[in-house]
Amino acid sequence: MNEKMKRIFTLFITFFKIGAFTFGGGYAMIPLIQKEVVEKHKWITDDDILEIIAIAESTPGPIAINSATFVGYRTAGFFGAFFATLGVVLPSFILISVISLVLEEFQDLKAVKYAFFGIRAGVLGLIVKALVSMYKKCPKKTVSYAIMIAGFILVAFLKVNILLVIIGSAILGFVSSVAELRRDD
Amino acid sequence: MVIYLKLFLTFLKIGAFTFGGGYAMLPLIQEAVLDNGWMSNEEIVNFIAVSESTPGPFAINSATYVGMQMGGLFGAFCATLGVVLPSFVIILIVAKIFDKFKNNKTVAGCMTGLKPVVIGMIAAALLSLAKTVFIPNGFSTGIFSEPSFYISLGIFAVMTVLAMKKAHPILIICISAVVGIASGFILGL
Repeated sequence: MNEKMKRIFTLFITFFKIGAFTFGGGYAMIPLIQKEVVEKHKWITDDDILEIIAIAESTPGPIAINSATFVGYRTAGFFGAFFATLGVVLPSFILISVISLVLEEFQDLKAVKYAFFGIRAGVLGLIVKALVSMYKKCPKKTVSYAIMIAGFILVAFLKVNILLVIIGSAILGFVSSVAELRRDD
Repeated sequence: MVIYLKLFLTFLKIGAFTFGGGYAMLPLIQEAVLDNGWMSNEEIVNFIAVSESTPGPFAINSATYVGMQMGGLFGAFCATLGVVLPSFVIILIVAKIFDKFKNNKTVAGCMTGLKPVVIGMIAAALLSLAKTVFIPNGFSTGIFSEPSFYISLGIFAVMTVLAMKKAHPILIICISAVVGIASGFILGL
């Protein structure tokens, strides 16, 4: 096996491991990526990790996929990107396929129904927590609050199409940042 | 054939328009599965619990799950491919032009709008999921004499506090399940 193929194979195994052992996805994967890819294999540096986070946040798609593709590409070009992404997706794919079959078998059991009755209420708590931590990271500006509230009302009560809301707020964010730059000049 | 194409395109759209991690994808997935009649709000909440207690990103887990439910293994493949493809292609492009992309004012400007709107939209998703959990049969004054309403509310309150104190999601799901089973059998809900 030549050097590049070895790298690609290691990328696949590494990201398979990352996909298989991080719960919650996305940001939860960053420390593991850092340990495996920066400290162990030294394929990229800590600065690259910061860049990856910045990129993952400003491009669409799940952070896990974005980082796998980016690290894979930086390390071994297109095939590196392909196999790193395949690696990070595969564990979820296999596990969830199996679970969805098992769940179907058991969903009519009384105990399972009761368990999910309790779980549903608990899950709402998890979403509240996720919301609060996202809110803390969001810039505290009048425009941000306005867009946040508008987004909530448009989706919750006026049932506006979500794509429209996303595109509209991107345009609004762009216009407001341009206006802010003009004012500062 | 049609269902496979539909799964692929639906998740392609979701993958292309989700910004940010974790639950950022929830509003889009909710809209898509409800509009297509693929899942109910109740099933969505059930699924979030499954996703939280298995490894892997929420996006991949939900694409695989919805695909599997609607079109078996090949359906799961189509949906997952759809949700992954936009990221993959965009990152390949960005990785090549990274230095231009990094300092791009247009991208940064759009992000100042996208970050807050995602929060507002997740809050909207939360509200509609909460309705399904607390008042599954719609609102009526009768709900206040239902023990299940108070149990749900109690579990929600305690688990929110635990989650804020950084308890592990799996722990939260396990406790909620135990309380659900116990109260279900004791009260014969």
